[in-house]
Amino acid sequence: MTGRRSGRWSGRWSGRLDRAAGLALNLYTVLVYVFLFTPIVIVVIFSFNAGRHASEFLGFSPRWYQAAWTNPFVLKALGNSLSVAATTAALATVAGTLSALAMPALGRRGRTVFEQLTYIAIIVPGIVIGIATLIFLVTAFNWLNPWLAYLTGGSAVALGLGKYTIIAAHSLFTMAIVNVLVRTRMQSADRTLVEASGDLYATPFRTFVEITLPQLLPAIIAGALLSFTFSFDDFIVAFFTSGQDQTLPIYLFSSIRRGVTPEVNAIATVLLAVTITMMVVAGLLLRGRGGRGSRRRRREAPIEPALPVPAVDRASAVRPEVNAS
Amino acid sequence: MPRRPGRRVAARTRGGPAVARLLILPAALWYGVFLLAPLAILVIVSVGERAANGGYTPAVTLEQYQNLATRLTPFLNTIVLAFWGTIGCLLVAYPLAYSLATRGGSLKTALMALIVIPLWTSFLIRTYAWMFILGSNGLPSVLRSLGFGDVQLLNTPFAVVLGIVYNYLPLMALPIYVSLERLDRSLLEASRDLGAGTFATFRQITLPLSAPGVISGCLLVFIPVMGEYLIPVLLGGGKTYFLGNALADLFLQSRNWPFGSALATAFIVVMVVVVAVYTWLTRRITAAGRQAALL
Repeated sequence: MTGRRSGRWSGRWSGRLDRAAGLALNLYTVLVYVFLFTPIVIVVIFSFNAGRHASEFLGFSPRWYQAAWTNPFVLKALGNSLSVAATTAALATVAGTLSALAMPALGRRGRTVFEQLTYIAIIVPGIVIGIATLIFLVTAFNWLNPWLAYLTGGSAVALGLGKYTIIAAHSLFTMAIVNVLVRTRMQSADRTLVEASGDLYATPFRTFVEITLPQLLPAIIAGALLSFTFSFDDFIVAFFTSGQDQTLPIYLFSSIRRGVTPEVNAIATVLLAVTITMMVVAGLLLRGRGGRGSRRRRREAPIEPALPVPAVDRASAVRPEVNAS
Repeated sequence: MPRRPGRRVAARTRGGPAVARLLILPAALWYGVFLLAPLAILVIVSVGERAANGGYTPAVTLEQYQNLATRLTPFLNTIVLAFWGTIGCLLVAYPLAYSLATRGGSLKTALMALIVIPLWTSFLIRTYAWMFILGSNGLPSVLRSLGFGDVQLLNTPFAVVLGIVYNYLPLMALPIYVSLERLDRSLLEASRDLGAGTFATFRQITLPLSAPGVISGCLLVFIPVMGEYLIPVLLGGGKTYFLGNALADLFLQSRNWPFGSALATAFIVVMVVVVAVYTWLTRRITAAGRQAALL
């Protein structure tokens, strides 16, 4: 009798599969990988195009990277993107982690309401959030600005859409994601350590710093990195809430609409490199920082996503656990 | 007793509910101001009237909702193409997930991670890459040199569906993979011992037991595709008009806020209905699958 948990039912059963069908399946799998990665590889290759046009490849050259690097609009957009993403990540990590820690001690009712709101924040499509935030902010500013001017004798700067409103909108769903990640981690954390700590007369604060925090740290760091990446990559929410401030995806979008140039490919490649690096770091951190106590649990943890996260980019929120296990 | 360990951890490290309320305050505030308030304003504006210069005049009228019928085309486009995109994802993802779960061996986690990696890269860039490939200097020029004549690929509904399949494939493959990977091997052995062939086993055991994965995969793909904006703009060339594009136009170009808000509200309602129907289906099919497995 083979154990149920052996997890490899590839052996005898698939051996019974028709050999030709198996080969076809393998070939098919390879083709899907080609389908998935060819477009990305093509963008990277064409970013090194020496030619002036994106359409024909005339040999390798870094000229478009130089062009992008000396383009003041690109640099401004990159600066905006980086500061928006960093601020979003900081806000989302702090507020998301604190709320996750607070939830268990909350009343049943409050907890349910907060949980539902968290899922709504993640599930509502970016375009709806973007539009709703736009109307809300414009209405609020129209109402607030006369008061501000009145109170300060007309010297106050009028509130308007810009970097700060992008940060506000991005923080909403990234905060919800950090909350879910940390909460998932809390559920698999080893509670006996906390009890032991209490039994050994550690103060609640000390127990938190020495036991709870280290247990939750991988999820918190992964949440911060994910928040940064989502914010850095987001187009649709920023598109509606950015006002005059351009982020890199918005700049890319408008130059794509004006026509494809190798410069766009160069910027795209840099963006790809940044996001993939962040994600690999997040994955490694989750794998390495788990601590002895939690490793055993993680192996048993289901790979199933912790929640249904429909929005594309947000869906990867639940992924690092998969790859770390 | 062993309900949720996490609850105990926090309950013992934190003080009482007072501390909890303080800790949850920033996030609760954020949800209130940047989630609930905007959604409430959306509904309020949707029953208002358009001001002369765009924007909004307070009113209580259902006029905007009556006008929704004039925007039936984007609604239908969205639902039809999101449907085909989801079907496309399913057709591509199922054999892939099956292959990885049953034949991946020790490599399967790594192979699955490779499927998920594109999700981590910018959505805009992934879509742009196809614009590049399907554009007249890409695949069509290759086809032309092979003697296929002029083929228009970019700015067609086909390109939109292709873009959907490409971008959302990982979201479909993942839940299916998980349900197949967890499938109890002894059921397959039992099926074989009872004389069922490979195909019969697949149809009677594997397929019903992977149904929950298929259902949640379809949901994960269908919902965000309904809100898609970039794919129809970049790959559909504005010809294939989605709800997202209609919304963007109403808010950013014609500045018809009340009508746009009505459209957005209707969109949310449709989405909630879809989710509800799917949840109901999931329950039924999961129950049926469990029954099939027991029989």
